[in-house]
Amino acid sequence: MSVWVVVVIALILAAVVAVLAAPVRARRPDRAPGRATGERDRAAGPAWAARADLEAARGAKYREIREAELDFRVGKLSEEDYRAIDATLRAEAVEILRRLDSER
Amino acid sequence: MATLGRASLLLALGICLYGIGAALYGARTGQQGWLESGRRAVYALAGVLTLAFAILEAAFLRSDFSFDTVAAHSSLTTPLFYKAAAAWSSQEGSLLLWAWLLSLWSSLALFLTRRRLREVTPYATAVLLGFGGFFTALMVFYATPFATTSPAPANGAGLTPLLRHPSMMIHPPMLYSGYTLATIPLAFAVGALITGRLDAEWLGAIRRFALASWLFLGIGILLGARWSYAELGWGGYWGWDPVENASLMPWLTGTALLHSIQIQEKRGMLKVWNVSLVLATGTLAIMGTFLVRSGVLSSIHAFGASTLGVPFVILIAVLIATSVTLVLRRRHLLRSEHRLDSLLSREAVFVANNVVLVGLCFVIFWGTYFPLISEAATGTRASVGPPWFDQYTVPLALVLVLLSGIGPVVAWRRATVAHARRNFLVPTLAALVALALGAAGGALARPGALAMFCCAAFVLTAVGQEFWRGTRARMAMGQESGPAALVALVRRNRRRYGGYIVHVGIAVLFVGVAASSSFRHESELSLRPGQTTSVGPYHVRYVRPTAHLGQDPARTGAVLDIGATLDVTRHGRHVTTLNPTRGYYDSNDPTQGSVGHFIGGDPVSHVGLSAGPLRDFWSAIEPNLSTADLQRYVTLGNRTIPFVRPDEGLYVIALMARHYLQNPPPAQFHFLASPLVSWIWLGGLIVLGGGLIALWPAPAAVRRRVRAPVAAGLARGLGRPESA
Repeated sequence: MSVWVVVVIALILAAVVAVLAAPVRARRPDRAPGRATGERDRAAGPAWAARADLEAARGAKYREIREAELDFRVGKLSEEDYRAIDATLRAEAVEILRRLDSER
Repeated sequence: MATLGRASLLLALGICLYGIGAALYGARTGQQGWLESGRRAVYALAGVLTLAFAILEAAFLRSDFSFDTVAAHSSLTTPLFYKAAAAWSSQEGSLLLWAWLLSLWSSLALFLTRRRLREVTPYATAVLLGFGGFFTALMVFYATPFATTSPAPANGAGLTPLLRHPSMMIHPPMLYSGYTLATIPLAFAVGALITGRLDAEWLGAIRRFALASWLFLGIGILLGARWSYAELGWGGYWGWDPVENASLMPWLTGTALLHSIQIQEKRGMLKVWNVSLVLATGTLAIMGTFLVRSGVLSSIHAFGASTLGVPFVILIAVLIATSVTLVLRRRHLLRSEHRLDSLLSREAVFVANNVVLVGLCFVIFWGTYFPLISEAATGTRASVGPPWFDQYTVPLALVLVLLSGIGPVVAWRRATVAHARRNFLVPTLAALVALALGAAGGALARPGALAMFCCAAFVLTAVGQEFWRGTRARMAMGQESGPAALVALVRRNRRRYGGYIVHVGIAVLFVGVAASSSFRHESELSLRPGQTTSVGPYHVRYVRPTAHLGQDPARTGAVLDIGATLDVTRHGRHVTTLNPTRGYYDSNDPTQGSVGHFIGGDPVSHVGLSAGPLRDFWSAIEPNLSTADLQRYVTLGNRTIPFVRPDEGLYVIALMARHYLQNPPPAQFHFLASPLVSWIWLGGLIVLGGGLIALWPAPAAVRRRVRAPVAAGLARGLGRPESA
């Protein structure tokens, strides 16, 4: 094995170790004294995830409202059916928005 | 360089093991630093495997025969174009390609989700690194691409001539991209199941990757079919070969998923079904790799019999067991939120389409794995051929195409009978017109094909009607011209109209399949120069033999290319001139003699093809080089010319070719006149275009404009300001 191959391998290894170790070694500036970062993240996790889920549900509901409107405009839904479906969808969307508000 | 390659693989394995540990530890403790470190392990894996792949590619391009895999799959005479592709024709190289693509796509997925799915991502990271570790371990312990021999041989064995086709340059990377992309939704599904975060977010995050996987698999399948048609010399594009089936199965379940995922997004239904489809698609992708790489099934594709079977079987067993356990454990979180409002709704059509797609997959699965099962049970390998597949897949394909026309004209939730009647009227009339035209054209003798033409007419009209009505609605709403309204309609509803375009492509493709398989004329016979034969309405005359030494027209590196010039006429009028050839390659095998080795490799057909929008005329030749006159050149040459004088060996081959031209023996020909084969490739391109439209993200400005009216209306209802 030539010297330059050993040097290159060592450099790659050092770079990989540096890249992987950096986040573990880094100290967070906003870290509260006496409280582990992990505990804070864990506490924030479920609320953050629930909010992300609600935002995804909100986006999907918006799309559904628009698709129902498009279905109506291209003649796939009667006006009566469209009104009923649209009202249901909007009520479901409002419920999602209320839950999002309560998560804030 | 080989040492650097081996070190890269060892480092890659170490990174995988570390990354799995860091991601799981981070998930357990919630420490952001470890989670980030786990994610970075995937990026580092991509970097290290890129280096390893670059080293292997460089070895192939430099013809560095000290690498065993280069010596076994390339040679000095292999054209440069194919040297680059030879890297993944080998067992070891294809494993490296798989791991490399996995690392790239995984890095992209984790980068795009770096601020989302905070609970799910660490487990997904661990699963993806698990796959990476598996393939890297195979290369470290079983099949390393960096094994070397010293001293290096002067020349290599060369790339399998069958693979010297442009489609084969792209086919494996496309298929492997499809396979590796299919593991990303699987990884996120496992993460969502472990954490119980099975709501809307994870599904939204994986949709694009599922679509990209489906798209790449589709391109790979189509390229494989094109290769089979143009290279294999049997005239078909699909033979129900196990390896073809292996790529089709995850494509089918992926298609089902792309439809049923919309039902969950909109209605909160089919959660167990969707997560099962995600897991099944990922597992089928691994099984596809297993079929090709384990050598477990004898097939034209399974070039490399290997010892990788047991590790793959263990991986697949772990995947299935984990998937079933997780789904059962989380079934309480996977209950449907709603039920079907009406059987006349798009949801109902999607459910039917899912049943058909999964049914197709099951049939193909059984037909593909039955030989294995029967061999395991009885010791005798039974096999099922195309007729067995056709009897089940043809009716299911008919239903599938029909459903792809019904779906677009039915509304979500519920549709009234009156509206349905109005929406179905024109497509049904189009189907009836197709029936009448087909019957008048003599297609009644082929009821399956005629039914497919009717279904396709229904689909094309239904989708055309959707575009027309959508465009008209936009024109009525604003001041847009027709083309501007059409473009805006598609831009603002990419998923819907991209999907419709895919349906058009599928209908066109199946028309091509039905017509070309039901109405083709075929002839196999022996001809001498000057003789003529009939193929359906065509007359073919063998005008003269041809021979090229060292410069085959297809530029595949054939030493000798023997062929024929054919004149094709119809009703006395010239249609085309064809030049099918058969390439003879250097085997680089000294036991075949100093002359014999030049043409001792596997010969490959280069078909003569005249392709048109309405019909293809296809021809292949198998010259007879085994006559005593011709073999005498090889025998005498082997006896008198030393290996160290390859120029003299080639001179003998040239003399042999001249003798063939002056005294041509009868040659065996295979002719096919097939209608609408081009529609298969055209349909595939339309599918690709539709898939790209559905995949391409709308610009943020367009998304805001689209969402703003709905958001504003809802905000007014809530009595507060709202932004989209």
